Amino acid sequence: MLRLLLLLAGGCVLFFVVKQLYTYLPEPVLRRLVRFWDKFFLSLTWLFAAVTVLALGFIIFHILSSGIPHLSPRLFAVNVTLGDVSMFPAIVSTVLMVVIVLAISVPLGMFTAVFLVEYMRTGSWFVTLIRSAAEILAGIPSIVYGLFGMMFFRVFLGLGFSILSGSLTMSIMMLPLIIRTTEEALKSVPDTYREGSFALGAGKLRTVFRIILPNAMPGIFAGVILAIGRVVGESAALIFTAGTILQIPSSLFDSARTLTVHMWRLSSYGQYVNETYATAVVLLLVVLSLNAVSGIIAKRFTKT
Amino acid sequence: MIKFDMENIDVFYGSEQALKNVSFSVEAHEITALIGPSGCGKSTLLKSLNRMNDLVESCRITGKITLDGESIYNLDVNHLRKRVGMVFQKPNPFPMSIFDNVAFGPRTHGIKSKRRLNDIVEKALRDAALWGEVSDRLGKSALGLSGGQQQRLCIARALAVEPEVLLMDEPTSALDPISTGKVEELAMELSKDYTIIIVTHNMQQAARISNKTTFFLLGEVIEHGTTEQVFSNPRNEKTEAYITGRFG
Ligand SMILES: Nc1ncnc2c1ncn2[C@@H]1O[C@H](COP(=O)(O)OP(=O)(O)O)[C@@H](O)[C@H]1O
Ligand SMILES: [Mg+2]
Repeated sequence: MLRLLLLLAGGCVLFFVVKQLYTYLPEPVLRRLVRFWDKFFLSLTWLFAAVTVLALGFIIFHILSSGIPHLSPRLFAVNVTLGDVSMFPAIVSTVLMVVIVLAISVPLGMFTAVFLVEYMRTGSWFVTLIRSAAEILAGIPSIVYGLFGMMFFRVFLGLGFSILSGSLTMSIMMLPLIIRTTEEALKSVPDTYREGSFALGAGKLRTVFRIILPNAMPGIFAGVILAIGRVVGESAALIFTAGTILQIPSSLFDSARTLTVHMWRLSSYGQYVNETYATAVVLLLVVLSLNAVSGIIAKRFTKT
Repeated sequence: MIKFDMENIDVFYGSEQALKNVSFSVEAHEITALIGPSGCGKSTLLKSLNRMNDLVESCRITGKITLDGESIYNLDVNHLRKRVGMVFQKPNPFPMSIFDNVAFGPRTHGIKSKRRLNDIVEKALRDAALWGEVSDRLGKSALGLSGGQQQRLCIARALAVEPEVLLMDEPTSALDPISTGKVEELAMELSKDYTIIIVTHNMQQAARISNKTTFFLLGEVIEHGTTEQVFSNPRNEKTEAYITGRFG
């Protein structure tokens, strides 16, 4: 500890000495030195950027190279028995799950945010309360949501292991994210638009729906994209609520595993490593295409 | 005929007083210019007239303001703002098409017929002397217009709800001289049909276009009278000092 402090102090002293020395250097030398440091730090940022890209590239390459050779029709079989390796039912469940979660959490979170930003006085105790609640919710590990969902939706409300239990749990989990991003999006809409609308005799409701929300859409979309990614990537909370049965759910009260849970099940069997990688390829493609689609939608919204 | 009548208006932002015991009245179909150094409360007065100050949480207003003899606090606020339009210092068109910008107000007040909207938009744009420049691109975004065009669009937007009064808060301060000239001409043209209250930092502008001038200093009305009298024969020496450019 002491040695670390000494090292730090030494570094500081050295820094100042060098800085002082700089002032005594002749002009051309100084200029060359500055140019050197410029180049040095530029190379450094390049290096770090390269490391990041390489890491990402490596992961993607690893998944693709280990997974693609094992993609087989068996993995997409529509008719499955328990314990099968087909991911088709899991894809259906995932899509279903995403749709339900968004249908619940987006309107709820969006209108909460509208209420907080547009209707409440800034800094009122109620706003502070809801905001801190959302912040605390955002920091809770997903497995805790899983336990809550298990006790409340599955047991207390008697929904059992089901798509519905899972979706409700995930919706609560997504609320803070939706609220936060919508709030930011609303705040980024310039006040001059609000003034312009009010000055024409438009009421609050019209101003919110015709002026503010349309302009906040790209930001809200960003939040929705993140939420979709989180739902697709979630496993812990769903194992306790939606369950792990491999089947195409015939109703919202059926248990079903999503793609991520499916991957976890496969990998835990031990003998399905190749199938796990193949599933990961599909998961990767799903996430990437989701991003692309939402990007296109967001761009279309910003254009008008 | 008196359009707006103000009696003993005090306006506070929190504990800070922005207007002190302001009383004067505004004649219909005239241009009233509000002049005075920055921070003397001109914008505050304008925003009190269409109750935009209601949106400022810390703002408190006492005194009597009447529109056609009726207290503005007895009117529905949205209806008041329909009757009393406002043009802001910085042009603030909505990020939508030129047509939708102008049609926003009429639509707000319940006009749905496409034909009527077309007529209203065209008339408002003509009145704002913008029709010739934009008639072939009504569907394009309003943000693509120049600053001067944007400001005239905002005027058209305000006119489209057929207000009785138009409040203009330094409408030309962000504009080039040519656009400024256009907006000035426009204001004079519009004063035949509308009552106009305009805040300006430009003495020549006030002298050129207004019928009455009110001089503010530190939240108080120092002098109110016909523009000719205020500029050629000010009663108060502070007024004289300000308009001759000795401070401000
Ligand atoms: N929203 C506000 N909150 C607090 N104080 C304000 C607000 N708007 C204006 N003021 C204060 O009121 C005074 C008058 O401002 P304003 O009416 O904008 O003056 P002017 O338009 O003549 O430059 C200033 O001292 C200003 O700081
Ligand atoms: Mg002002």
